[in-house]
Amino acid sequence: MSAGELGLALSVFLACAVEAVEALTIVLAVGTTRGWRSALAGVGAAMLALAAIVAALGPALTALPIDLLRVLVGGLLLIFGLQWLRKAILRAAGLKAKHDERETYAQERRAAQAAGRGGAGFDAYAFAISFKGVLLEGLEVAFIVLTFGANQHRIPLAAAAAAAAVLLVAAAGAAARAPLAKVPENLMKFAVGVMLTSFGMFWGAEGAGASWPGGDAALLAIIPGVLLAAIVMTRAVGRAQPPVAGGEIAAAPAEAREEATVRAWRA
Amino acid sequence: MKAFLTGAWEFVVGDDWPTALGVVLALALTALCSSASIPSWWIMPVAVIGLLALSIARAAADRPGRR
Repeated sequence: MSAGELGLALSVFLACAVEAVEALTIVLAVGTTRGWRSALAGVGAAMLALAAIVAALGPALTALPIDLLRVLVGGLLLIFGLQWLRKAILRAAGLKAKHDERETYAQERRAAQAAGRGGAGFDAYAFAISFKGVLLEGLEVAFIVLTFGANQHRIPLAAAAAAAAVLLVAAAGAAARAPLAKVPENLMKFAVGVMLTSFGMFWGAEGAGASWPGGDAALLAIIPGVLLAAIVMTRAVGRAQPPVAGGEIAAAPAEAREEATVRAWRA
Repeated sequence: MKAFLTGAWEFVVGDDWPTALGVVLALALTALCSSASIPSWWIMPVAVIGLLALSIARAAADRPGRR
């Protein structure tokens, strides 16, 4: 396995694992409150939808000329990676609340209990909440699988890494029968942000016609360089901006983005 | 269709459009320099570090109750 393939597999695995942990919390809350049959049907339908998106868009992306593909994929990965990294830096610096799976679980359970029952048999609420939870959490992963995989013409490897992460998280969730609150989500998001930003920068510049000194070996300097810069920024912003009570930026931009996406697609 | 486009915009660009615009401009500058045979590999690292620092500074400045 080459360094590029290792980076691809690791990035997709980590990104998928962290999103799967968040999706698991929603499904667990709905399943334990309303019943498993409809909740798992929603999970299955969402997984099929995500697989269909990857299967439909993958061949179209890999058919693009290599330079166009690299500049397109590089640019998109960079925009995504910088957003992941920004959120992770703000959380690590104590300026934004970390994701609390236990609190999310409790909120989802309260909402599931408050929602009315549609009658015996199929539970539309459980199906819809599970479907939307898995689909929305999975879309970013599908995007990463497609872009990373298409650029290296290794979509099957990216999909396998994603599937391995889902299976691992599902097995851990089934064993624990509780949200995976101890998973170091922010550390994983930090790592994914560094990888997406580094590979995005590398491929984007190559696609735009630049030649990196040392060719592919430049990644061995780019990845540690981005990591170092992110650590320096975390410490600098943490020192300059002491955390407010609760350590959260109210209506933080990244959260606003997620909520806006959900609202737009629910409309 | 409008909801789909809005969702797609929010999904890809998010709320931090200046960073997305900066990435596009940096790639364009890289392409321009490359086509003129000017070494251009350094543009993206400089742009990325600068864009990330600015994005974090904006988010920190938006904190409520900040004096």
